[in-house]
Amino acid sequence: MSHVLLSVTRRDLLLARRRQVEALLPLGFFVVAAGLFPIGVGPEAHLLRQMAPGVVWVCALLAAMLSVTQMFASDHQDGSLEQMLLSPQPLVGIVLGKVFAHWLSSGLPLVLASPLLGVLFDMHRESIAWLALSLLMGTPILSLLGAVGAALTLGLRSGAALVFLLVLPLTIPALIFGTGAVLAVDGGQSPQAHLSLLGALLIVTGLGAPWATAAALRISMD
Amino acid sequence: MIWTSFDDFLNMGGYGLYVWGSYGATLVVMLAEVMMTRRRLQTARQSAARENAA
Amino acid sequence: MKNTTPKPGLRWSTFSAPSRFYALAGRVVPWLWAVSVVLGLAGLYVGLLVAPTDATQHDSYRVIFIHVPAAILSMLLYLALAFWAAWGWIFNARMASMYARALAPTGAMFTFVALWTGALWGKPTWGTWWVWDARITSEFILLLLYVGYIALTEAIDDVRRSAHAGALLALVGVVNIPIIYFSVRWWNTLHQGSTIKMTGTSMHQTMQLAMWLMMFSFWAYSFAIAFTRSRAIVLEQESDTEWVKALGAAPSEGKA
Repeated sequence: MSHVLLSVTRRDLLLARRRQVEALLPLGFFVVAAGLFPIGVGPEAHLLRQMAPGVVWVCALLAAMLSVTQMFASDHQDGSLEQMLLSPQPLVGIVLGKVFAHWLSSGLPLVLASPLLGVLFDMHRESIAWLALSLLMGTPILSLLGAVGAALTLGLRSGAALVFLLVLPLTIPALIFGTGAVLAVDGGQSPQAHLSLLGALLIVTGLGAPWATAAALRISMD
Repeated sequence: MIWTSFDDFLNMGGYGLYVWGSYGATLVVMLAEVMMTRRRLQTARQSAARENAA
Repeated sequence: MKNTTPKPGLRWSTFSAPSRFYALAGRVVPWLWAVSVVLGLAGLYVGLLVAPTDATQHDSYRVIFIHVPAAILSMLLYLALAFWAAWGWIFNARMASMYARALAPTGAMFTFVALWTGALWGKPTWGTWWVWDARITSEFILLLLYVGYIALTEAIDDVRRSAHAGALLALVGVVNIPIIYFSVRWWNTLHQGSTIKMTGTSMHQTMQLAMWLMMFSFWAYSFAIAFTRSRAIVLEQESDTEWVKALGAAPSEGKA
């Protein structure tokens, strides 16, 4: 299974590299959207520091959803997705490969850009580190859940908008634990409980979402 | 009956807006649902009739 | 379709044929309406005219006679929706999928009513229209789950794909509900949000009676509406079958 996973990941990353600008859109959205908040709310540092974890996390959620339909859309259009479903390779492995590729190209950049945003929001150094860690654990969850949504809405006209509506409510626990970890640090407490829960969520989602995505692909492609 | 007058009943101890706002909105929404559902069934039946005539 | 071995009495499969469901539901619906109206009137009588004024919340508490039953039904209907949708998916049972689809708008309606009445209860009691209390927040998310299900099933034209995709989405939702509720409760207690207390630990007997009457009235209402909507969906989705065409030839059946 790991062979399938890695070769699919490599393939998807190669394809993403050919459309580099498109691949960078989520990152661009992330920075722009988060950057709008200080402008809209005012430059008062105390206020910005309070809202930073929530704002950065929500913008990450939205940015991740932007590119999620790409996981299957182009393969669906040129027929290669059908081949993947017919192949003897485990579909779950293929899905995991695609999710991993999505995370590497769309999720990881958000994690790496988050310290920059932390600075914009005048966050303390320690808080920035925990924010980045929470996103490191949270963005894979977003990719995993996004895959389910993308598979369910495959080929639909309003697919992209539908994915937001379907997936975002499911990401709320991750949002709560992710921002909660940073807020705990801000309050002088340990983020351990929140991060443990976030980790558990990642594991549970990692086990369930690929299976659900594979089932959804079969439903959409029948 | 705990109310001494109809006015008292409507007033709901000063909370008339909240109580009647709740019961009223619920009634409106339910009636709307009933009407819409019955209309949907009617339309479906009419379509079936047209199918048969065709 | 189903085996025709004659067996006395009712079989599970009696209801699985859309044509039989259509006929049976049509006969049952008027009784369901009657039950709903009678129980509803009784509940309104007890709740608005008999139940005493509360010591702390005075008369604004009467909103709970709608709020609590609506909230309970919003959750029950979602579970029923997920159950029947899953049944339809696993056994390829069209009627089950159609019934699940019929439940969704009513479930969403009750969720909205629960939120609306919750706000109207919250304003006089805690001073604000909206409180991010764990239960209200979870109820809000439930509304989003309903809307998502309806949006997805409506967006897919192919009947079978729509039914099965909806089933998967509903199951994903059901699995997530405990996770969501737990996380929201956690979030709420950490932020020291207001904890909503019911009117005292033991409710006056008449209050309890009113609540139960309204609950069962709403339950009967839900069956009546879901059956009616199901019948419409059956006609819509089975429009090219013989029995539906034959129905069109028959004189109108009268009231729904």
